[in-house]
Amino acid sequence: MRLTLRVWRQAGPDAPGRMARYEVTDVSPDMSFLEVLDTLNEELTLRGEEPVAFDHDCREGICGACGVVVNGQAHGPERTTACQLHMRHFADGDTIDVEPWRAAAFPVVKDLMVDRSALDRIVASGGYVTAPTGSAPEAHAMPVPKEDAERAFENAACIGCGACVAACPNGSAMLFTAAKAEHLGALPQGRVEGDRRVLAMVETMDDEGFGGCTNTGACATACPKGIPLPSIAAMNRGFLAAARRAR
Amino acid sequence: MAPATRTDTRPSTVTLIWRTTVGKKAVMAVTGVAMLLYLVVHMLGNLKIFFGPEDFNGYAHWLRTLGEPFLRYEWFLWFARAGLLASVVLHGLAAYQLTRLDRAARPVAYVHRDARRDYATRTMRWGGVILALFVVWHILDLTTGTVNPRGEAGNPYGNVVATFSTWYGNTIYCVAMLAVGLHVRHGLLSAGRTLGAVGRRSQHAVRVASETLALTLTAGFLAVPLAVMTGVVN
Amino acid sequence: MTSTPAPPDRAAYRVGTPLRDTAVPDGPLAERWDRRRFEARLVSPAARRRHTVIVVGTGLAGSAAGATLAEQGYRVEQFCFQDSPRRAHSIAAQGGINAAKNYRNDGDSVRRLFHDTVKGGDFRARESNVYRLAQVSAEIIDQCVAQGVPFAREYGGLLDTRSFGGAQVSRTFYARGQTGQQLLLGAYQALSRQIAAGTVTMHPRTEMLDLVVIDGRARGIIARDLVNGRVDTYLADAVVLATGGYGNVFYLSTNAKNSNATAVWRAHRRGALFANPCFTQIHPTCIPRSGEHQAKLTLMSESLRNDGRIWVPVTPGDTRPPHEIPESERDYYLERLYPAFGNLVPRDIASRAAKNVCDDGRGVGPGGQGVYLDFADALARLGRAAIEERYGNLFEMYERITGENPYDVPMRIYPAIHYTMGGLWVDYDLQTTVPGLFAVGEANFSDHGANRLGASALMQGLADGYFVLPPVLGDYLARLPRGAAWRVDEDHPAVREAMFDVTDRQYALLSNNGDRTADSFHRELGALLWDRCGMARDADGLRQALDRIPALREEFWHRVRVPGSGTEVNQSLERAGRIADHLELAELMCLDALHRAESCGGHFRTESRTEDGEAARRDEEFSYVAAWEFAGPGRPPVLHREQLAFDHVHPTRRSYA
Repeated sequence: MRLTLRVWRQAGPDAPGRMARYEVTDVSPDMSFLEVLDTLNEELTLRGEEPVAFDHDCREGICGACGVVVNGQAHGPERTTACQLHMRHFADGDTIDVEPWRAAAFPVVKDLMVDRSALDRIVASGGYVTAPTGSAPEAHAMPVPKEDAERAFENAACIGCGACVAACPNGSAMLFTAAKAEHLGALPQGRVEGDRRVLAMVETMDDEGFGGCTNTGACATACPKGIPLPSIAAMNRGFLAAARRAR
Repeated sequence: MAPATRTDTRPSTVTLIWRTTVGKKAVMAVTGVAMLLYLVVHMLGNLKIFFGPEDFNGYAHWLRTLGEPFLRYEWFLWFARAGLLASVVLHGLAAYQLTRLDRAARPVAYVHRDARRDYATRTMRWGGVILALFVVWHILDLTTGTVNPRGEAGNPYGNVVATFSTWYGNTIYCVAMLAVGLHVRHGLLSAGRTLGAVGRRSQHAVRVASETLALTLTAGFLAVPLAVMTGVVN
Repeated sequence: MTSTPAPPDRAAYRVGTPLRDTAVPDGPLAERWDRRRFEARLVSPAARRRHTVIVVGTGLAGSAAGATLAEQGYRVEQFCFQDSPRRAHSIAAQGGINAAKNYRNDGDSVRRLFHDTVKGGDFRARESNVYRLAQVSAEIIDQCVAQGVPFAREYGGLLDTRSFGGAQVSRTFYARGQTGQQLLLGAYQALSRQIAAGTVTMHPRTEMLDLVVIDGRARGIIARDLVNGRVDTYLADAVVLATGGYGNVFYLSTNAKNSNATAVWRAHRRGALFANPCFTQIHPTCIPRSGEHQAKLTLMSESLRNDGRIWVPVTPGDTRPPHEIPESERDYYLERLYPAFGNLVPRDIASRAAKNVCDDGRGVGPGGQGVYLDFADALARLGRAAIEERYGNLFEMYERITGENPYDVPMRIYPAIHYTMGGLWVDYDLQTTVPGLFAVGEANFSDHGANRLGASALMQGLADGYFVLPPVLGDYLARLPRGAAWRVDEDHPAVREAMFDVTDRQYALLSNNGDRTADSFHRELGALLWDRCGMARDADGLRQALDRIPALREEFWHRVRVPGSGTEVNQSLERAGRIADHLELAELMCLDALHRAESCGGHFRTESRTEDGEAARRDEEFSYVAAWEFAGPGRPPVLHREQLAFDHVHPTRRSYA
């Protein structure tokens, strides 16, 4: 296959950016999208140009490091991560636009690489169970209904890639925050500090400059791990109940 | 970065609600639902026009005497107006502030646009502005009678027929009612989610309910101008 | 250290003094860990915040160690090269975590887990360490459950377990196929809590490039900020390396793209012995590569072999699609060679057999590097619904990557490098031969011997991080000298020297302006190692590799091209630095493989086999840990042997015929 890539190039956080055009030939349909960028970078290096910077690591869809907007869609047209997006979903001769995640809370570091540390700060503000090492009771001391464990898992599957923020018209991190609140809120171990958690995480989310939720559902559509949209409603309920109890 | 000790001094409920995006959305949801309930009653009242001028004018008069003798003449109406005004102001202010936040959260737009993505959000925002302007006209037209072609106090039936006998009256009204439908369609489901009332199982039901209600309201409100235009009501 | 001449083999190394693990307490095996903890000196709670500990890496071992040390009151400086600590490659572990809970009442115990692990490691691990690992395993599950790790549960609300990797007992706890992810998120959240509390200073996107050793003790690291390129010195009272394995030396592996050996290799060059570098684990059921462009390999659960049948065409070069090859022209080679075990032979045997048939020209798929894993019989026998329930998510993953539907077309699989048992040599206290430098998790060599059991990697990482390291590290800190003599700053000559080394190397890479990319060298090195130092090795091949690697290294430093500058994000520079270290480590791996003239664990030494052609372990000669000392650039490394004693599990020979 032969493809034209239009890639966002930006030298640094404060530098101006632009879309640059590259032709990539010999693309195999079995390549992943990131392998196309690898190939492009090898060529650029040998031509004496600066390769395209992009985040990536595990290349099997679980670490959450990669993430680019492909033709206006976070992680591209398939419901998976960019590293698991294969070129057989594109046609020979296609022109493909590649942009970084766009959000005030995700400043561009370079080219397609953004700073997602705001997500880490949301978790640090309350996305944990306070259980210092050694203090744990015997694991079977507290049975957890299978349904609750499954619901916790479904939300815990979030990989923190930020596609929800990138896809949301408001750059909102509600799906990410809700996934953590619901993961821990579904379990008896996490319920104890549930009020503090949800209030702190929502406040941090706002402080970091993420937008609000307008319930468009774009986040859940883009999520490579299928975090369910109703988690947002559940977190809202938890937040309002916690706010009521706060006096 | 948020200081680690922030969770130790909790602000009050009101502060938490008005200061956070989630809380502010809840304010919009509650005021939205209040206005929606008002609209349902308003629409049902409007349909009385099909029973003729006496029924319709009588109904309008009854609204002013509602609650008597506990309340005095028109008190109920003023209470309702005050509640509605508060709802409109809170709803609009919250919407304005949230919109500004949302815009600031995406300072650089994507080069490759995906129109589907923000369809609902854009409809809500523009729809809200259209409705706000409409409400001003609507009050000047049929409440105060200032801009009504007939403007006869105590004869709402006649005033309504007069409005819908003009091309601009019909146009403004019909556009606004379509905006109402679209606004309610996303708004009710959105309010349900914002208040956390919509769970995994009720999601589908609430969506159907939102769409049905939106359709019913639009149809009910549009019935009056259509009836005037076609001569069923004159 | 004194040394004697090496054996007549051409291998260029010297033999140094034997090693003895001086930290193992005496007494009965089961009481040693208790005893060690009791004998450990304590740092008073008020004094702890005056101690700074550097932790490099945020995988299971690193995050668990950082969080726990901070909870205890130490000041922790934590580093990871990823943009967030949550992305460390522990996240990709699928299967599960072993623990001797005996919830099934199926005869499991600490002793049995210990026994299985020593045996699984083919008698090349240290008994005391393995016993402690088994003891601590149960506590790990309690800790993780308390953190909110959503393990699989039964309808009664209790934890579910399964039998994994051929174990006779059901002791593996799991969270669907994402156990590593869930355990890591638990540790990451505990770490995040400490970051918010200010007890851990997190340095993401910061890569360790050298170790600072002052007066014989590890006192800090040199690290590069990957965003602005600044190279800084970080000083501390102790350094913990939790930087994972070195499987990426092979270029294609199941490791993450950026996993690398720089931290352990630089520590090795500064005096830490490197143990058993040739012990690498190969996993038989990976998705084969589809072409030159392939950047990494993806693992699929071994459970697939329970119902799939492995075959290749009988005739070399048969390019017909699989459904056109009649039964009579298919070779179900595992069933033919190992009738008793069939497709369920251990990992190393399945891997080696696959390589052998492909080397015969009978491999399938692109480049002939693959064998069929066929579910047609199982689908006919059990029905599609049953197969879907058992393997649905794996089939989906396979289809997403290859574009082929395994319900219709047989899967193709091929072995790949998955884990490295070798690593920095550590004593019972997880301390390397550089005092104050500790290594935890996959970065050390300690617990898995020559072969790691399934579901044991997660157990070891968390055991080291949560439970083993904190008390012994406290002991080290409590014994440190105090006062002015202990204080150092960035002007110390040792710091300046390390800083100079780092900047010098960086300058050399950036100014070279050659005509090859770093990746092209990496691919070449990987192919060479896979052929010569992979699952089957022989002396000739290893010698060839030992000739080729120095030449390749030379060529690298002459011809590599690294664009950009050092003062910005420069992923080419990051990669080139890692590959430069891989080119050094690879040589030691081949040397270690050459000197270990026995077949053991997953490593088949062609010259060392039984009459029926199976792997022959040679306990009389090789029952030791080979710990290598760096003797200086261009000088032969020095081998220190740590003799292994098996007082509790008697060495036996495997048999699968």
